[in-house]
Amino acid sequence: MKGYGSFMSPVAEHEPSTFNRLSTPAPHNGRWTGFRYLLGARLKEMVREREVIFWVFVFPMLLALGLGLAFRNKPADITSIAIVSSPYAQNALSLIQNSSQKNVIHPEIVDLAKALQGFRLGKYDVVVEPQSPGNVQYYYDPARPESVRSRAEVDDALQSAAGRKDVIASSSVTSSEPGSRYIDFLIPGLLGMNLMNSGMWGIGFALVDMRQRKLLKRFVATPMRRSDFLMALASSRLIMMVIEVVLLLGFGIFTFHMRVLGSLWSILLIGAIGAIAFGGLGLLTASRARKIESVSGLINIVMMPMWIFSGVFFSYSRFPAVVQPFIKALPLTALNDALRATILEGSSLFSQSGRVLVLALWGGLSFILALRWFRWS
Amino acid sequence: MPVVICCRDLRKTYDGKVEAVRGLNLEISAGECFGLLGPNGAGKTTTIEILEGLLPPTSGEVTILGQSWKSNAREIREQIGISLQETRLSEKLTVRETIQLFASFYRCPRPVAEVLEGLQLTEKADAQVGELSGGQRQRLAVATALVGSPRVLFLDEPTTGLDPQSRRQLWEIIRNFQKHGGTVLLTTHYMDEAERLCDRLAIVDHGQIIAEGSPPELIAKLGGHHVVEFALSGNSHGDNTLWQSLPGVDSVRNDDGMVSLSVCEPHRTIPALLAKVEERSAQLEHLTTRQASLEDVFVRLTGRHLREE
Repeated sequence: MKGYGSFMSPVAEHEPSTFNRLSTPAPHNGRWTGFRYLLGARLKEMVREREVIFWVFVFPMLLALGLGLAFRNKPADITSIAIVSSPYAQNALSLIQNSSQKNVIHPEIVDLAKALQGFRLGKYDVVVEPQSPGNVQYYYDPARPESVRSRAEVDDALQSAAGRKDVIASSSVTSSEPGSRYIDFLIPGLLGMNLMNSGMWGIGFALVDMRQRKLLKRFVATPMRRSDFLMALASSRLIMMVIEVVLLLGFGIFTFHMRVLGSLWSILLIGAIGAIAFGGLGLLTASRARKIESVSGLINIVMMPMWIFSGVFFSYSRFPAVVQPFIKALPLTALNDALRATILEGSSLFSQSGRVLVLALWGGLSFILALRWFRWS
Repeated sequence: MPVVICCRDLRKTYDGKVEAVRGLNLEISAGECFGLLGPNGAGKTTTIEILEGLLPPTSGEVTILGQSWKSNAREIREQIGISLQETRLSEKLTVRETIQLFASFYRCPRPVAEVLEGLQLTEKADAQVGELSGGQRQRLAVATALVGSPRVLFLDEPTTGLDPQSRRQLWEIIRNFQKHGGTVLLTTHYMDEAERLCDRLAIVDHGQIIAEGSPPELIAKLGGHHVVEFALSGNSHGDNTLWQSLPGVDSVRNDDGMVSLSVCEPHRTIPALLAKVEERSAQLEHLTTRQASLEDVFVRLTGRHLREE
């Protein structure tokens, strides 16, 4: 367009008087100013959202506390048994009460019908019917491990109390060391699940929410660099990740005396790769959706198989062998396995490179596809 | 005056079917406040979003400050400010934080305190966006557009849904921007807004400009500068031609029993009108006379009211 050279910005010239304001010189922004403010804004928004604090930081700890207490290692399992009332019942009862197992066996004398009903409902592990002074009959269920064990225990108590002599003298050493308990298995799994949840929701949901509010469109209407925006989102996830990892591991250490064998740096590095992988997956999930309702559904569909198969609450080795390769290819499985190996066994980062590769592939592919499909408005 | 916003034969077709914009030409000079006036669905938002570089046109050329979106997008973005229709900014950030965030995207933004002051938001600077009233939110939206120290301001329906006082505050801000050399393009479906704010207007309907000029020019094109409206009891007003023949009547319109005459000299027309009513021994139920407005221009051009859906 001709005559443009002489078209000096009239606004800039009159600037100080435009809103008759202070003559503060306008700041000049550098390359990373936009990124810094985007990251700051994202962190402020998250911290000010109470629900986010609860779901990201408090909820996993409550889950760990609840499950840790429910499945804590009990001092010894009490065996509940029913003795069928008969003239010989009292004799059997006193034999048990005099046996060395008297503390772990809880006997009750009831009639046969009641005993069998209680057995069916799981109230009694085994039913003992004394038929004569030297003869008892057991009702037990060979498919119930505690029933099998109780039968052996009661039989042992009766036999030894009645005067059986053991031919081999035996003694035992018991072990319930930190590291092999359920809570030790659980906490790295919860950590992995939490990184998945907060990555998918923290990126996927947040993006669609911004798209629906036309905030994304408003941002791209400024000279903002789109890459700065995405980097700020990713960085906010990494910062949150560090807090999530430290809080949950700290909780495990202080509440359950969990022992962390791997170095914090390896754990954080695996956490970071996991957070980025799920951030990429969140970005991909959110790349087209215009409504938060539709992205919520998508996020749940993506996460569902991983909740079930990736060994958060129980080991995935229980699933049939045919599906194992599929399970191991899931990003959450790779993350959980790598976290468990590092936290519980102190494995080196290098030994986890296969799992790290699985995570990196998921994250990288999602990111590339997401950028291709991403809708800013 | 150099041309700041220019588009030629702009067309936009959605999904190969819906023609939202059908061959639109605009030329807006530096320092002008230009309005796109039209009913909902006329293609105003599509047009302004193409000019803002947020939507690609199906065909046609757009030049902003002498540059094209294809080759100089970032340069243009540094020099324009945009307020979209209904952006919901982050509720959890404060007003100051929001303006700081937007300021950080520009190479040479204006001082945040200055923008707060200019938009009468200083008192609310530390309030979170979620606590603001509609008018304050809209001023904040305009603040985010002004913080980059733009030469051109694009406003899509800036006052829709606001109370009269908030609207006047915004008009003041827009005028102030223009007074200091800024160029404004705004869309609106409010006639009073267009009449007060805009130096020039384009009336848009069905994706095309059907009239263009300054508000007085557009009204002058009606032929008459006054409108006489009346209604007769019992729907006894008869045929339009009956009233067309009155002295000084330029055109006649019948809107469900309300007859509007576009006239140049009401003092000649009204006595004749009363005589005619008398002659037909009809009962006059309503009679008003007023200056013609843009609404009348729009009705004349399209046969519809601006606010009709």
